[in-house]
Amino acid sequence: MIRDITIGQYYPADSILHRLDPRTKLMGTLIFIISVFLFHTIPGYAVATIFLAALIKISKVPVKFIFKGLKAIFVILIITMLFNIFLTPGEVIWKLGFLKMTKEGISLAVRMAIRLIYLVIGSSLMTLTTTPNQLTDGLERGLRPLNRLHVPVHEISMMMSIALRFIPILLEETDKIMKAQIARGADFEDGNLLQKVKNMVPLLVPLFISAFRRANDLAMAMEARCYHGGEHRTQMKPLCYEKRDHVTYLILAAYLAVAITFRVVGI
Amino acid sequence: MSIELKNITYTYSPGTAYEIHALKDINLNIPDGQFIGVIGHTGSGKSTLIQHLNALIQPTSGTILYNGEDVWEEKYDRRSLRSQVGLVFQYPEHQLFESDVLSDVCFGPMNQGMSREEAEEEAKKALLQVGFKEKNFSKSPFELSGGQKKRVAIAGVLAMNPKILILDEPTAGLDPKGRDEILDQIAELHKVRGITIILVSHSMEDVAKYVERLIVVNHGEIAFDDTPRNVFTHYQELEAMGLAAPQITYIMHALKEKGLDVDPDATTVEEAGKDILRALQEAGSPLLKGGRKDD
Ligand SMILES: Nc1ncnc2c1ncn2[C@@H]1O[C@H](COP(=O)(O)OP(=O)(O)OP(=O)(O)O)[C@@H](O)[C@H]1O
Ligand SMILES: [Mg+2]
Repeated sequence: MIRDITIGQYYPADSILHRLDPRTKLMGTLIFIISVFLFHTIPGYAVATIFLAALIKISKVPVKFIFKGLKAIFVILIITMLFNIFLTPGEVIWKLGFLKMTKEGISLAVRMAIRLIYLVIGSSLMTLTTTPNQLTDGLERGLRPLNRLHVPVHEISMMMSIALRFIPILLEETDKIMKAQIARGADFEDGNLLQKVKNMVPLLVPLFISAFRRANDLAMAMEARCYHGGEHRTQMKPLCYEKRDHVTYLILAAYLAVAITFRVVGI
Repeated sequence: MSIELKNITYTYSPGTAYEIHALKDINLNIPDGQFIGVIGHTGSGKSTLIQHLNALIQPTSGTILYNGEDVWEEKYDRRSLRSQVGLVFQYPEHQLFESDVLSDVCFGPMNQGMSREEAEEEAKKALLQVGFKEKNFSKSPFELSGGQKKRVAIAGVLAMNPKILILDEPTAGLDPKGRDEILDQIAELHKVRGITIILVSHSMEDVAKYVERLIVVNHGEIAFDDTPRNVFTHYQELEAMGLAAPQITYIMHALKEKGLDVDPDATTVEEAGKDILRALQEAGSPLLKGGRKDD
């Protein structure tokens, strides 16, 4: 039941996108997001759509998975659109009480919707093709310059990868404990709010205990292997750019140039 | 009174890249009063199977009948089913949460609607029956040893007076003495309370000694469902599944091959010991007279 929740799900497949260096993909996502905000005309959006569609095709991830991420933002999307439609000043085309639907509002709403949707699809495409570990590795390497400013980049990325690793474990644990308590007659569904909160105790106590135990075990295991911060640490799989990454950077640069040109020329 | 599974299949995470077909077309009938062992290698689907028996998970397809009624029917009272079919999970620390042992065991009975006093009575009875010492009743469940926790967990389900008790690897992580104690107490429960017991286990030795019926699960399918004696005659097939017959089966087969007229299907050490002595006597072996010259 609870396992159906998916967060940043990785979809295993064998595609060029999966094999790209995570730094390239991070940069690519960033550039794509920038481009979505640079484009503001129909030809511009057409370019972005073609670009995105091509990526989805290359990634070999079923389209169904890519659109799954949109479900989560559906409500936000609707609210944003309504606000834009009714609260943008301009040429009124329809009126209901104090609510005025304006032409400018509709065009802004559509643009916002496209941007939001593309933003989500673009970033889910990255998480779908990159394992959480690669992602944190990529972030760590990408943010390394911040080390000079005494930002503990390694520690932060270590915490991130541990947290990411723990999410599915804790979800699984929750599922197990819930089942064990349901088998003893516990009820997690009925009752008013207060009762519901009270009924959570048999779930939360064991869950917290097990989370602390796991954290403790992990700390012990890391210590036993002489783990000590980021200074002079090498990686098991050092990131290293390949030819495909260089080619990708070229394509990204060209794409960004197109986006800027469109903006400047005003198409 | 029985549980019947008809063409049960179960798929984890259907429709995703992580789809796993944990159970495939399982048919099973569990009548009252049996002592059943369920065995299979890691990941074969044992835990998934037993969670169907008290409607904790809904099968992807197929029907489960309890006393002839479909438990996944809209109006079926699954909470009452769960108090009749008790399930003790694989790791007991997953369910203990109260500040003392007695209250924790009371959780189940009180969910059934008993008052605190009635529940305590049931709890004490159950705790004593699983061999938990009275002087530890007021301890925190978290300061107990693994074996004690396991006992408390079993008592927590037993206190609900189930008609069927399912135990998922109750002996995992116990030393041989603790293991034998718990299994003996479970066998005792079977005798005293007359309830159906379903014991999930990895160890053929455990299972052979206690159960009257053995279900072997392999890759989500039932490979054998018979008396332990009959199942162990397939010891070569069991090996191919990553399981092993009890060691005594191997010894008996080896003896038979060397020409001693023993019954190769003896399942327990006691049985085998007697049989070897008998065979030796029949063969007039000098071994029995303490003479070794001609051996
Ligand atoms: N919550 C779950 N989500 C997804 N897959 C699962 C889940 N639980 C079990 N599985 C998978 O289903 C299959 C059967 O698992 P199950 O736990 O029933 O095996 P088991 O026979 O009890 O193993 P073990 O002896 O290790 O306890 C395994 O392949 C397992 O990976
Ligand atoms: Mg199991």
